[in-house]
Amino acid sequence: MRPPGDLTPYLLGASVWDDDRVRDAGIPIYDMPLVSVGGGLGSFTLLDVLRIQGAATASMRVVSSRDAPWQSWEYLTRVSQLPAGERIRSDAGARPDNIWGFPSYAVHEAWRDRSPRLLWQVLTEPILSDFFSPRAQTVFDTVRREADRISYWEMLVKGQVRMVRRRAGGGYFTVLNPPPGTAPTKRVAIRSKYVHLAVGYPGLKFLQDLQEFRETHNDYHRVVNAYEPHEHVYETLKSRPGVVVVRGAGIVASRVLQRLMDDRERHGLQTRIVHVFRTYVTGAHGPHPWMRRKGGDGWAYQAFTLPKSAFGGQLKAQFRKASPERRAALSKAVGGTTTPRLRRWQEQMRRGRSGGWYVPVQAVVDRVEPSPDGRLVSHVRGDDGGRARHVSDFIVDCTGLEADMPEHRVLADLLQHGGARRNGAGRLAVAPSFAVLGAESGDGVLYASGAAAAGNHFPAVDSFLGMQTAALDIAADLARRGFCRRLGPARSVRQWTRWATGRPV
Amino acid sequence: MIPTLAGRLQTRVFVLATVGAVLTALIVPVLPGTAGPLAQTYRTAYLILLAVAVVGLGWELLYHLVMQFRWDKDWPTLFGLVTMVPEGLVMWFLLDGGLVPGVRGHVAASTFATMFVVVWLGQWLFLHGPMRVLSVTWRLRGGRLL
Repeated sequence: MRPPGDLTPYLLGASVWDDDRVRDAGIPIYDMPLVSVGGGLGSFTLLDVLRIQGAATASMRVVSSRDAPWQSWEYLTRVSQLPAGERIRSDAGARPDNIWGFPSYAVHEAWRDRSPRLLWQVLTEPILSDFFSPRAQTVFDTVRREADRISYWEMLVKGQVRMVRRRAGGGYFTVLNPPPGTAPTKRVAIRSKYVHLAVGYPGLKFLQDLQEFRETHNDYHRVVNAYEPHEHVYETLKSRPGVVVVRGAGIVASRVLQRLMDDRERHGLQTRIVHVFRTYVTGAHGPHPWMRRKGGDGWAYQAFTLPKSAFGGQLKAQFRKASPERRAALSKAVGGTTTPRLRRWQEQMRRGRSGGWYVPVQAVVDRVEPSPDGRLVSHVRGDDGGRARHVSDFIVDCTGLEADMPEHRVLADLLQHGGARRNGAGRLAVAPSFAVLGAESGDGVLYASGAAAAGNHFPAVDSFLGMQTAALDIAADLARRGFCRRLGPARSVRQWTRWATGRPV
Repeated sequence: MIPTLAGRLQTRVFVLATVGAVLTALIVPVLPGTAGPLAQTYRTAYLILLAVAVVGLGWELLYHLVMQFRWDKDWPTLFGLVTMVPEGLVMWFLLDGGLVPGVRGHVAASTFATMFVVVWLGQWLFLHGPMRVLSVTWRLRGGRLL
């Protein structure tokens, strides 16, 4: 029998819901002008901007299964070898807790740590020094302070969102499962005029050959993904010498290599590293002198996930004006896996290559098999046709492939019932205001930001600065619709002063 | 900074017309090497400021071209500071050669250097702080104000 307050077959099949049908199903309805689904940094950033633009806590809710907006990001950074004290890959001016980016994280850390060296670094970056990047802990601490300041916790509703459906007469129903024991019904619906989706990555995908190995041999110990907990790899290597195959050429590969090399130096280990590059970059590359990215030793070098101007300069402007075809071509030219060229990493790899314990190779892995002595054999094939075998104790997959969008339940439902459509990159097609195209409902609007909104007019949407840009654009649209106030110079200065002095918005 | 060409030009005009104008007003009475009535010094100072703005638009075109050779299409903080040297030198040669329209008589090197450095540092600091507070979107739109 259907538990009370659950979805009925009618509701499951109908793309547009009547209030009566929801009520008849026994699902309690709560009214709220705006709901943000996700509860990560994307939701936090939007609520931060909306609070600064005068929206009341009583008119907004964040529905999330997490306790804090940085929780998911903290987990992913920690397991991918970025503990709280390490520096992330982000610009000094990209502060999720401060929409003005002033003072920058560099000034913040320099003041806190009484470190003029950090000021010198940010003044001379990237010419005389590496780009400044904040410590992960700095981000957690400052976001916590800002969350307190904007009364974020009052707006947080714990629950697992199941779907967002359009409502007959305008607006939406957001259906969630409250934590067990906290509500009399299995489901609860929030009826709102506006919905914001910031649900993050649909999920992680594993390399095909590694997934096959794990499933065939039920071995989740020796073949690991860098985005899942794999501390045992480093611990085992401390107890006996071993060989690690690292796959991938991005920031996470760099961090895993750094961890392996740091441990080697710190504990006097004998770890050998075979680094498999699918695409081995030998030097600067690009179509012409105005589009040439640095590279070498296998890597494509770039300070941030995209060229810096994609976050707010020339490339952003180009994307905004470009046709879908031109955007796809631009994405291809500036996209791809990259890592920053940090002096510390360069020095470590140089020592590893000269010592013969770090071996970078270009190859595609055909398959992975267990060896008779219980180790792993990677059968690889180079671009030159040469075949080889690499025997190792562990394989760390650092490729960070993202799962397809419909892997996420809410997004899949939105595509099936919500009128949303996919863009050329397979993500949600959105307007410049980040309103999801096709998902309008009367005078209600459904917005999306973060990873789900990639492949549209703004390439850097899945970044700190990108989420703030999206939040400001969404808030500007909501201000036009009368939900909040405009952010003119007077309000901006006033609100910045409140931020700087730690007073509530 | 990550300026677009339009952002560069608009920002240049805006900061010189605001921060530049205010700093000039403040610095003129204490400039070294000046002679004659204060009104005359003010007139000369604002003509120089205007010349810096006009010639600066040309400089911005050059910087935009140079920036194209950078993959990130960014303009490092340090560049914003050290470009003071070539711009200051060119402006001095123009001034010394009598090529700045409306400026009558000789301007002492110390007068020009003091004013130029103060205005330059002032606008550079302004762009890296208060400007971002006045307009949240300024830095997100390549420096465009319009």
